[in-house]
Amino acid sequence: MSQAPLLEVKGVGKRFGGFVALEDIDLDVKEGERLGLIGPNGSGKSTLVNCVCGTLHNETGSVRFAGQALDGLPAHRRTHVGLARSFQLPRPFMSMRVVDNLRVPLLYTVRRRSLLISSQKELDDRCMELLRQVGLDAKAKRMPSDLTQVEMRKLELARAMAAEPKLLIADEAMAGLSHSEIEDIIALLLRLNAQGVTIIMIEHIMRAVMSFSQRLAVLVSGRKIADGAPADVVNNPEVVSAYLGQ
Amino acid sequence: MRSWTFFLSALGVGLVFFLAALGLGNDYVFFAGYVVLQYIVLATAWNILGGYCGYVNFGTAAFFALGAYSSVALHKLGANVNRYASGFLADILHLILPLSLPSLVIVGGIVSGIVGLGMGYLTLRLRGVFFAIATLAMAVVLQTLMINWDFVGGSRGAYVIRPNSISAGPVTLSYIEYLFLVMLVLAVVALTVARLIERSRLGIGFSTIRDDEMAAEAAGVPTLRLKLIATMISGAFMGMAGAPLPYYLGYIEPSSAFGLPYAVNSIAMPMIGGTTSWVGPLIGAILLGSLQQIATVTISSAVNLLIVGVLLVAFVIIAPAGIVGLVESWRRTRARAAS
Repeated sequence: MSQAPLLEVKGVGKRFGGFVALEDIDLDVKEGERLGLIGPNGSGKSTLVNCVCGTLHNETGSVRFAGQALDGLPAHRRTHVGLARSFQLPRPFMSMRVVDNLRVPLLYTVRRRSLLISSQKELDDRCMELLRQVGLDAKAKRMPSDLTQVEMRKLELARAMAAEPKLLIADEAMAGLSHSEIEDIIALLLRLNAQGVTIIMIEHIMRAVMSFSQRLAVLVSGRKIADGAPADVVNNPEVVSAYLGQ
Repeated sequence: MRSWTFFLSALGVGLVFFLAALGLGNDYVFFAGYVVLQYIVLATAWNILGGYCGYVNFGTAAFFALGAYSSVALHKLGANVNRYASGFLADILHLILPLSLPSLVIVGGIVSGIVGLGMGYLTLRLRGVFFAIATLAMAVVLQTLMINWDFVGGSRGAYVIRPNSISAGPVTLSYIEYLFLVMLVLAVVALTVARLIERSRLGIGFSTIRDDEMAAEAAGVPTLRLKLIATMISGAFMGMAGAPLPYYLGYIEPSSAFGLPYAVNSIAMPMIGGTTSWVGPLIGAILLGSLQQIATVTISSAVNLLIVGVLLVAFVIIAPAGIVGLVESWRRTRARAAS
């Protein structure tokens, strides 16, 4: 018995003027899976994320999530149904304190689904708990402009987690992080995954991707050239040539 | 402080001013005070869209004039019901009209609120400069419409003869005192609403729009809907501020009702006071509004916009976050020095 995939990307294509950013992408992600999405710079990884999350609209193909067609839905509706993403370049809400940044998805997404966090105290506790998980609790009352680039990435990830997604897309959440910080983030993502969150990790740091992913998909120039077990994919000659050049 | 407590204490402060002005026994205080209060409403209204959401609206004068013209239209209709309607319709109109000033304020608010919603729907997909230009264009279109609408006087303008005084029970107020009082209550309502928004989920959503719309959407904030709510509330308050204008001036014509000073002032006041909190527009409106009134009687009324311009430039350069921002950063450095 095969279970219907949580995320179903079928024939998705996107162009910017004459430039084909994505062409006929098929990608299924099963519930609870940990998928690594890799590819050289400019291969269309972030564009694919943007099409899935509704920031951009794909011209061809369709995206289904949890059995529901997402086509035409604005980004915030997709967040409500359980998709969350972190941005590759952190986009914190600059006028709000770090802790208040997390309040936004809690108020606008989580509270829609349940009445669990109704009191101010519960809200504050939840924000602090999330900050603790990414190691930003000491900076809770600071402004985002006081954070380093690395800390902003952590904030970005915490804000995506705050929406309590079914599927979390971490778009280069680890770039620039130190060795031990990468370990921390991976451990955090694994913990989330163990709680049932499906995760797509987009990353250049191969060590992180290899240790995290159960499956690897490779994009090159807007096409998916490989999809399968990580060990097989990295030995795939097409992938090797795309990365190393021929 | 709860909103009701805030509302009542602000109203109390306002009433103290009102009674003090009554004690002075000089009508000019009311004439000048009315204008300052009107600018408190306009600045606060502008700030709901411009300050909280970051969408700069150059069309304040249009919403304001729309409120004024809805009063003119209803006033005229009320005075000549039999000429414009007959039979059953006339009976109903006789029953409703003429409307009291507070009801006119509400009607003005509804009209401008609906126009705000419509304008928002058409223009909010535009960002930054393009949105600002669209609001300016809307003001021009509406002004042209009023110039060509004969019923409300067209380009000739319309006279509205206001009663000398108004009495409720044992209290008799001159009409200017009454206008002042209505505007005072409206200013308190506007400030209370702005403060309420700021502290609510809606206010948090508005700030996310100002900061980063894409990130806001990703966090689940329905940005378009929130922006529509903001333009509607903002437009409604501008219309409410304009509704008593014909009674204040006694005469209204398009080029003054759609005057540039309304648009410029309602941008300058929040900018100078500070756009992130309800206090900013209040401070800015009191400061600039009073300064303009003083300049009008001591120097000349032509100096008004010059003062606004100079102050605006000075603040944009020296204190981009306005007076509120200055105070906040001063407090922050003091707190850091103390710790």
